[in-house]
Amino acid sequence: MREIKVLGSGCTKCTKTAESISRIAAELGVEANIIKETSPQAMMSYGVMSTPAVVVDEQLVHSGSIPHREQIEGWLRQP
Amino acid sequence: MLGIFTDLADWVVYQLLALDAGSKLGSALHFFVEDVSKIFALLLVMIYVIALLRASLNVEKVRDYLSGRHRALGYLMGSVFGAITPFCSCSSIPVFLGFTSAGIPVGITMAFLLTSPLINEVAVLLLLSLLGWKFTLLYILVGMLVGIAGGLLLDLIKAERWLQSFAAEALQRARSGNAVTTTIDAEALSLQQRHEFARDETLDIFSRVWKWVIIGVGLGAALHGFVPEGWIENYLGQGQWWSVPAAVVLGIPLYSNATGVIPVMESLILKGLPIGTTLAFCMSTVAASFPEFILLKQVMQWRLLAILFALLLTAFTIVGWIFNGLTPFL
Repeated sequence: MREIKVLGSGCTKCTKTAESISRIAAELGVEANIIKETSPQAMMSYGVMSTPAVVVDEQLVHSGSIPHREQIEGWLRQP
Repeated sequence: MLGIFTDLADWVVYQLLALDAGSKLGSALHFFVEDVSKIFALLLVMIYVIALLRASLNVEKVRDYLSGRHRALGYLMGSVFGAITPFCSCSSIPVFLGFTSAGIPVGITMAFLLTSPLINEVAVLLLLSLLGWKFTLLYILVGMLVGIAGGLLLDLIKAERWLQSFAAEALQRARSGNAVTTTIDAEALSLQQRHEFARDETLDIFSRVWKWVIIGVGLGAALHGFVPEGWIENYLGQGQWWSVPAAVVLGIPLYSNATGVIPVMESLILKGLPIGTTLAFCMSTVAASFPEFILLKQVMQWRLLAILFALLLTAFTIVGWIFNGLTPFL
Protein backbone atom coordinates (compact mmCIF):
# COMPACT_ATOMS: atom_id res chain seq x y z
CA MET A 1 0.00 0.00 0.00
CA ARG A 2 1.13 3.46 -0.90
CA GLU A 3 1.77 5.92 1.90
CA ILE A 4 1.07 9.52 0.97
CA LYS A 5 1.69 12.44 3.31
CA VAL A 6 0.28 15.89 2.71
CA LEU A 7 2.39 18.48 4.51
CA GLY A 8 0.92 21.82 5.40
CA SER A 9 -0.13 24.05 8.24
CA GLY A 10 -3.81 23.30 7.79
CA CYS A 11 -4.66 25.95 5.24
CA THR A 12 -7.51 25.37 2.78
CA LYS A 13 -5.13 24.45 -0.03
CA CYS A 14 -3.69 21.62 2.04
CA THR A 15 -7.12 20.23 2.82
CA LYS A 16 -8.06 20.40 -0.84
CA THR A 17 -4.86 18.60 -1.81
CA ALA A 18 -5.55 15.74 0.58
CA GLU A 19 -9.14 15.52 -0.62
CA SER A 20 -8.30 15.36 -4.28
CA ILE A 21 -5.62 12.73 -3.72
CA SER A 22 -8.00 10.46 -1.83
CA ARG A 23 -10.72 11.02 -4.42
CA ILE A 24 -8.45 10.16 -7.33
CA ALA A 25 -7.00 7.17 -5.49
CA ALA A 26 -10.51 5.85 -4.99
CA GLU A 27 -11.32 6.40 -8.68
CA LEU A 28 -8.24 4.53 -9.79
CA GLY A 29 -8.79 1.79 -7.25
CA VAL A 30 -5.34 2.36 -5.76
CA GLU A 31 -5.04 1.67 -2.07
CA ALA A 32 -3.40 4.59 -0.36
CA ASN A 33 -2.90 5.65 3.21
CA ILE A 34 -3.22 9.42 3.23
CA ILE A 35 -1.80 11.24 6.23
CA LYS A 36 -2.05 14.95 6.94
CA GLU A 37 1.11 16.19 8.57
CA THR A 38 0.96 19.63 10.20
CA SER A 39 3.94 19.83 12.53
CA PRO A 40 6.70 22.29 11.63
CA GLN A 41 9.34 19.69 12.53
CA ALA A 42 8.02 17.29 9.90
CA MET A 43 8.10 19.99 7.22
CA MET A 44 11.63 20.85 8.20
CA SER A 45 12.77 17.24 8.08
CA TYR A 46 11.61 16.94 4.46
CA GLY A 47 13.08 20.36 3.66
CA VAL A 48 9.69 21.68 2.60
CA MET A 49 9.37 25.45 2.37
CA SER A 50 6.15 26.03 0.54
CA THR A 51 2.96 24.23 1.33
CA PRO A 52 1.01 22.17 0.49
CA ALA A 53 3.69 19.57 -0.16
CA VAL A 54 3.31 15.89 -1.01
CA VAL A 55 5.51 13.04 0.14
CA VAL A 56 4.98 9.63 -1.51
CA ASP A 57 6.61 6.68 0.25
CA GLU A 58 9.00 9.02 2.07
CA GLN A 59 9.99 10.77 -1.17
CA LEU A 60 9.20 14.50 -1.57
CA VAL A 61 7.49 14.82 -4.94
CA HIS A 62 5.73 18.15 -4.90
CA SER A 63 5.51 21.46 -3.05
CA GLY A 64 3.95 24.88 -3.22
CA SER A 65 0.57 24.34 -4.84
CA ILE A 66 -2.45 22.11 -5.16
CA PRO A 67 -1.17 19.40 -7.52
CA HIS A 68 -2.88 18.90 -10.86
CA ARG A 69 -4.86 15.77 -11.59
CA GLU A 70 -2.23 14.36 -13.98
CA GLN A 71 0.49 14.65 -11.34
CA ILE A 72 -1.60 12.85 -8.75
CA GLU A 73 -2.42 10.06 -11.19
CA GLY A 74 1.28 9.75 -11.98
CA TRP A 75 2.22 9.23 -8.31
CA LEU A 76 -0.54 6.72 -7.77
CA ARG A 77 0.22 4.73 -10.91
CA GLN A 78 3.98 4.51 -10.63
CA PRO A 79 5.09 0.95 -9.87
CA MET B 1 -6.26 55.81 -19.06
CA LEU B 2 -7.70 55.35 -15.58
CA GLY B 3 -10.25 58.07 -16.31
CA ILE B 4 -12.68 55.53 -17.69
CA PHE B 5 -13.31 54.29 -14.17
CA THR B 6 -14.30 57.80 -13.09
CA ASP B 7 -16.64 57.95 -16.08
CA LEU B 8 -18.06 54.57 -15.17
CA ALA B 9 -18.72 55.73 -11.61
CA ASP B 10 -20.25 59.00 -12.89
CA TRP B 11 -22.59 57.03 -15.07
CA VAL B 12 -23.59 54.44 -12.47
CA VAL B 13 -24.07 56.82 -9.55
CA TYR B 14 -25.34 60.04 -11.13
CA GLN B 15 -27.25 58.70 -14.14
CA LEU B 16 -28.35 55.18 -13.31
CA LEU B 17 -29.04 55.75 -9.61
CA ALA B 18 -29.73 59.47 -10.11
CA LEU B 19 -27.95 60.49 -6.91
CA ASP B 20 -26.84 64.04 -6.27
CA ALA B 21 -23.07 64.53 -6.64
CA GLY B 22 -23.08 66.80 -3.58
CA SER B 23 -24.86 64.36 -1.28
CA LYS B 24 -23.03 62.22 1.26
CA LEU B 25 -24.36 58.98 -0.13
CA GLY B 26 -23.63 60.01 -3.72
CA SER B 27 -20.08 60.98 -2.88
CA ALA B 28 -19.44 57.80 -0.92
CA LEU B 29 -20.95 55.56 -3.56
CA HIS B 30 -18.99 57.27 -6.34
CA PHE B 31 -15.76 56.64 -4.44
CA PHE B 32 -16.76 53.00 -3.96
CA VAL B 33 -17.72 52.26 -7.57
CA GLU B 34 -14.71 54.02 -9.03
CA ASP B 35 -12.17 52.35 -6.75
CA VAL B 36 -13.61 48.86 -6.80
CA SER B 37 -13.91 48.71 -10.60
CA LYS B 38 -10.44 50.20 -11.05
CA ILE B 39 -8.80 47.91 -8.52
CA PHE B 40 -10.48 44.75 -9.83
CA ALA B 41 -9.50 45.48 -13.44
CA LEU B 42 -5.93 46.32 -12.50
CA LEU B 43 -5.56 43.29 -10.28
CA LEU B 44 -6.72 40.81 -12.88
CA VAL B 45 -4.48 42.18 -15.62
CA MET B 46 -1.40 42.95 -13.60
CA ILE B 47 -1.25 39.84 -11.41
CA TYR B 48 -1.33 37.79 -14.59
CA VAL B 49 1.47 39.76 -16.23
CA ILE B 50 3.65 39.76 -13.12
CA ALA B 51 3.07 36.06 -12.49
CA LEU B 52 4.07 35.33 -16.09
CA LEU B 53 7.39 37.10 -15.51
CA ARG B 54 8.25 35.57 -12.19
CA ALA B 55 6.93 32.04 -12.73
CA SER B 56 10.35 30.56 -12.15
CA LEU B 57 11.10 32.40 -8.91
CA ASN B 58 10.36 30.49 -5.72
CA VAL B 59 11.40 30.39 -2.08
CA GLU B 60 13.82 27.50 -2.70
CA LYS B 61 15.80 29.61 -5.18
CA VAL B 62 15.80 32.54 -2.79
CA ARG B 63 17.12 30.29 -0.04
CA ASP B 64 19.91 28.95 -2.22
CA TYR B 65 20.84 32.46 -3.23
CA LEU B 66 20.78 33.89 0.29
CA SER B 67 22.64 31.05 1.95
CA GLY B 68 25.83 31.85 0.11
CA ARG B 69 25.80 35.60 0.67
CA HIS B 70 27.89 37.96 2.69
CA ARG B 71 25.93 39.32 5.62
CA ALA B 72 25.79 42.98 4.69
CA LEU B 73 24.35 42.15 1.29
CA GLY B 74 22.18 39.46 2.87
CA TYR B 75 19.90 41.88 4.71
CA LEU B 76 19.34 43.96 1.61
CA MET B 77 18.71 40.95 -0.61
CA GLY B 78 16.51 39.29 2.02
CA SER B 79 14.33 42.34 2.00
CA VAL B 80 14.31 42.66 -1.81
CA PHE B 81 13.29 39.03 -2.20
CA GLY B 82 10.69 39.46 0.53
CA ALA B 83 9.12 42.11 -1.63
CA ILE B 84 9.12 40.23 -4.93
CA THR B 85 8.77 36.55 -4.07
CA PRO B 86 5.28 35.11 -4.30
CA PHE B 87 4.53 33.55 -0.98
CA CYS B 88 1.50 33.14 1.19
CA SER B 89 1.57 34.01 4.88
CA CYS B 90 0.43 30.47 5.67
CA SER B 91 3.90 29.39 4.50
CA SER B 92 5.88 31.66 6.81
CA ILE B 93 6.70 28.87 9.26
CA PRO B 94 8.10 26.39 6.69
CA VAL B 95 9.98 29.26 5.01
CA PHE B 96 11.47 30.32 8.32
CA LEU B 97 12.58 26.76 9.06
CA GLY B 98 13.82 26.19 5.53
CA PHE B 99 16.02 29.29 5.67
CA THR B 100 17.19 28.45 9.18
CA SER B 101 18.14 24.88 8.36
CA ALA B 102 20.12 26.16 5.38
CA GLY B 103 22.19 28.19 7.85
CA ILE B 104 20.86 31.62 6.92
CA PRO B 105 21.13 33.98 9.92
CA VAL B 106 17.86 34.75 11.72
CA GLY B 107 18.16 38.45 10.91
CA ILE B 108 18.33 37.84 7.17
CA THR B 109 15.39 35.45 7.34
CA MET B 110 13.42 38.03 9.27
CA ALA B 111 14.34 40.78 6.78
CA PHE B 112 12.60 38.55 4.24
CA LEU B 113 9.58 37.77 6.41
CA LEU B 114 9.06 41.33 7.65
CA THR B 115 9.22 42.93 4.22
CA SER B 116 6.98 40.36 2.63
CA PRO B 117 3.57 41.41 4.05
CA LEU B 118 4.39 45.10 3.67
CA ILE B 119 5.38 45.04 0.02
CA ASN B 120 3.85 42.87 -2.66
CA GLU B 121 2.69 43.36 -6.20
CA VAL B 122 -0.91 43.97 -5.21
CA ALA B 123 0.02 46.65 -2.70
CA VAL B 124 2.31 48.40 -5.15
CA LEU B 125 -0.32 48.38 -7.87
CA LEU B 126 -2.95 49.82 -5.60
CA LEU B 127 -0.63 52.52 -4.34
CA LEU B 128 0.35 53.47 -7.86
CA SER B 129 -3.20 53.75 -9.05
CA LEU B 130 -4.64 55.46 -5.97
CA LEU B 131 -1.84 57.57 -4.56
CA GLY B 132 0.68 58.12 -7.35
CA TRP B 133 4.27 57.09 -7.95
CA LYS B 134 5.95 59.36 -5.41
CA PHE B 135 4.04 57.92 -2.53
CA THR B 136 4.53 54.40 -3.89
CA LEU B 137 8.28 54.82 -4.07
CA LEU B 138 8.31 56.20 -0.56
CA TYR B 139 6.28 53.29 0.69
CA ILE B 140 8.56 50.70 -0.93
CA LEU B 141 11.69 52.33 0.46
CA VAL B 142 10.26 52.58 3.96
CA GLY B 143 8.96 49.01 3.89
CA MET B 144 12.36 47.67 2.87
CA LEU B 145 14.12 49.83 5.41
CA VAL B 146 11.96 48.46 8.20
CA GLY B 147 12.76 44.91 7.05
CA ILE B 148 16.50 45.53 6.79
CA ALA B 149 16.80 47.44 10.06
CA GLY B 150 14.65 44.89 11.86
CA GLY B 151 16.82 42.04 10.59
CA LEU B 152 20.05 43.80 11.53
CA LEU B 153 18.84 44.53 15.03
CA LEU B 154 17.70 40.97 15.62
CA ASP B 155 21.14 39.68 14.72
CA LEU B 156 22.79 42.35 16.86
CA ILE B 157 20.91 41.16 19.94
CA LYS B 158 21.60 37.52 18.95
CA ALA B 159 17.97 36.63 18.49
CA GLU B 160 18.80 33.00 17.69
CA ARG B 161 19.14 32.46 21.45
CA TRP B 162 15.37 32.62 21.71
CA LEU B 163 14.33 30.24 18.98
CA GLN B 164 12.45 27.08 19.89
CA SER B 165 15.01 24.39 20.55
CA PHE B 166 14.47 22.31 17.39
CA ALA B 167 14.89 25.39 15.19
CA ALA B 168 18.01 26.44 17.09
CA GLU B 169 19.45 22.95 16.63
CA ALA B 170 18.77 23.06 12.90
CA LEU B 171 20.66 26.34 12.68
CA GLN B 172 23.56 24.85 14.64
CA ARG B 173 23.71 21.79 12.38
CA ALA B 174 23.74 23.99 9.29
CA ARG B 175 26.53 26.14 10.71
CA SER B 176 28.63 23.08 11.32
CA GLY B 177 28.40 22.17 7.68
CA ASN B 178 25.30 19.98 7.44
CA ALA B 179 22.89 22.34 5.77
CA VAL B 180 19.63 20.75 4.67
CA THR B 181 18.58 21.99 1.28
CA THR B 182 16.18 19.71 -0.50
CA THR B 183 14.98 20.86 -3.85
CA ILE B 184 12.71 19.19 -6.32
CA ASP B 185 14.43 19.44 -9.67
CA ALA B 186 12.70 22.04 -11.73
CA GLU B 187 12.92 22.06 -15.48
CA ALA B 188 13.00 25.27 -17.49
CA LEU B 189 9.48 26.55 -17.96
CA SER B 190 7.80 26.59 -21.34
CA LEU B 191 5.55 29.46 -22.31
CA GLN B 192 2.55 27.19 -21.86
CA GLN B 193 3.59 26.34 -18.31
CA ARG B 194 4.17 30.00 -17.54
CA HIS B 195 0.70 30.79 -18.77
CA GLU B 196 -0.81 28.04 -16.62
CA PHE B 197 1.10 29.25 -13.57
CA ALA B 198 0.02 32.85 -14.18
CA ARG B 199 -3.60 31.82 -14.70
CA ASP B 200 -3.69 29.78 -11.47
CA GLU B 201 -1.91 32.54 -9.59
CA THR B 202 -4.30 35.23 -10.80
CA LEU B 203 -7.36 33.21 -9.85
CA ASP B 204 -5.81 32.27 -6.53
CA ILE B 205 -4.78 35.77 -5.50
CA PHE B 206 -7.96 37.34 -6.79
CA SER B 207 -10.19 34.90 -4.96
CA ARG B 208 -8.25 35.68 -1.79
CA VAL B 209 -8.18 39.47 -1.99
CA TRP B 210 -11.45 40.55 -3.59
CA LYS B 211 -13.29 40.69 -0.30
CA TRP B 212 -10.52 42.77 1.23
CA VAL B 213 -10.86 45.23 -1.59
CA ILE B 214 -14.59 45.52 -0.98
CA ILE B 215 -14.13 45.97 2.77
CA GLY B 216 -11.24 48.41 2.38
CA VAL B 217 -12.89 50.51 -0.29
CA GLY B 218 -16.17 50.39 1.63
CA LEU B 219 -14.46 51.84 4.70
CA GLY B 220 -12.62 54.37 2.58
CA ALA B 221 -15.87 55.38 0.92
CA ALA B 222 -17.64 55.75 4.25
CA LEU B 223 -14.82 57.96 5.50
CA HIS B 224 -14.91 59.88 2.28
CA GLY B 225 -18.62 60.52 2.29
CA PHE B 226 -19.51 60.79 5.94
CA VAL B 227 -16.58 62.20 7.91
CA PRO B 228 -17.12 65.97 7.78
CA GLU B 229 -14.74 67.90 5.55
CA GLY B 230 -11.97 69.40 7.65
CA TRP B 231 -12.62 67.28 10.76
CA ILE B 232 -9.49 65.14 10.45
CA GLU B 233 -7.48 68.10 9.28
CA ASN B 234 -8.52 70.21 12.27
CA TYR B 235 -7.80 67.59 14.88
CA LEU B 236 -4.89 65.61 13.45
CA GLY B 237 -3.70 67.67 10.48
CA GLN B 238 -0.76 69.27 12.26
CA GLY B 239 1.01 65.94 12.73
CA GLN B 240 0.87 66.25 16.52
CA TRP B 241 3.59 63.98 17.90
CA TRP B 242 1.22 61.77 19.90
CA SER B 243 -0.97 61.08 16.90
CA VAL B 244 1.65 58.77 15.40
CA PRO B 245 2.02 56.30 18.29
CA ALA B 246 -1.75 56.51 18.73
CA ALA B 247 -2.21 55.50 15.08
CA VAL B 248 0.22 52.59 15.50
CA VAL B 249 -1.59 51.31 18.60
CA LEU B 250 -4.94 51.67 16.86
CA GLY B 251 -3.60 49.58 13.98
CA ILE B 252 -2.65 46.55 16.12
CA PRO B 253 -6.10 45.08 16.76
CA LEU B 254 -7.18 45.95 13.23
CA TYR B 255 -5.97 43.13 11.11
CA SER B 256 -5.94 43.54 7.39
CA ASN B 257 -3.63 42.87 4.52
CA ALA B 258 -2.23 45.63 2.36
CA THR B 259 -5.04 45.27 -0.17
CA GLY B 260 -7.70 46.22 2.31
CA VAL B 261 -5.89 49.05 3.95
CA ILE B 262 -4.64 51.02 0.95
CA PRO B 263 -8.06 52.34 -0.12
CA VAL B 264 -8.50 53.53 3.48
CA MET B 265 -5.13 55.28 3.23
CA GLU B 266 -6.27 57.08 0.12
CA SER B 267 -9.34 58.35 1.85
CA LEU B 268 -7.44 59.41 4.99
CA ILE B 269 -4.88 61.35 2.99
CA LEU B 270 -7.59 63.06 0.94
CA LYS B 271 -9.17 64.09 4.23
CA GLY B 272 -5.97 65.76 5.33
CA LEU B 273 -4.35 63.18 7.61
CA PRO B 274 -0.57 63.74 7.44
CA ILE B 275 1.43 61.18 5.42
CA GLY B 276 3.53 59.97 8.34
CA THR B 277 0.53 59.28 10.53
CA THR B 278 -1.20 57.47 7.68
CA LEU B 279 1.85 55.34 6.90
CA ALA B 280 2.31 54.43 10.56
CA PHE B 281 -1.31 53.39 10.88
CA CYS B 282 -1.28 51.29 7.73
CA MET B 283 2.00 49.51 8.38
CA SER B 284 0.84 48.64 11.86
CA THR B 285 -2.43 47.24 10.52
CA VAL B 286 -0.66 45.12 7.92
CA ALA B 287 2.44 43.86 9.69
CA ALA B 288 1.71 43.80 13.40
CA SER B 289 -1.10 41.29 13.56
CA PHE B 290 -1.78 38.85 16.35
CA PRO B 291 -2.76 35.86 14.17
CA GLU B 292 0.63 35.93 12.43
CA PHE B 293 2.48 36.33 15.67
CA ILE B 294 0.72 33.38 17.21
CA LEU B 295 1.88 31.32 14.22
CA LEU B 296 5.48 32.34 14.80
CA LYS B 297 5.24 30.99 18.34
CA GLN B 298 5.83 27.54 16.83
CA VAL B 299 9.42 28.48 16.07
CA MET B 300 10.17 31.29 18.54
CA GLN B 301 10.01 31.71 22.28
CA TRP B 302 7.72 34.34 23.81
CA ARG B 303 10.64 36.58 24.57
CA LEU B 304 11.69 36.88 20.95
CA LEU B 305 8.10 37.41 19.86
CA ALA B 306 7.73 40.26 22.35
CA ILE B 307 10.98 41.83 21.17
CA LEU B 308 9.89 41.54 17.56
CA PHE B 309 6.55 43.11 18.31
CA ALA B 310 8.08 46.02 20.22
CA LEU B 311 10.62 46.47 17.45
CA LEU B 312 7.95 46.76 14.78
CA LEU B 313 5.84 49.21 16.76
CA THR B 314 8.88 51.39 17.44
CA ALA B 315 9.90 51.26 13.80
CA PHE B 316 6.47 52.33 12.56
CA THR B 317 6.32 55.17 15.06
CA ILE B 318 9.73 56.46 14.00
CA VAL B 319 8.74 56.17 10.33
CA GLY B 320 5.60 58.20 11.06
CA TRP B 321 7.50 60.95 12.86
CA ILE B 322 10.13 61.20 10.17
CA PHE B 323 7.59 61.51 7.40
CA ASN B 324 5.47 64.03 9.24
CA GLY B 325 8.65 66.03 9.77
CA LEU B 326 9.60 65.75 6.11
CA THR B 327 6.18 66.60 4.69
CA PRO B 328 6.90 70.31 4.22
CA PHE B 329 9.86 69.36 1.97
CA LEU B 330 8.10 66.75 -0.17
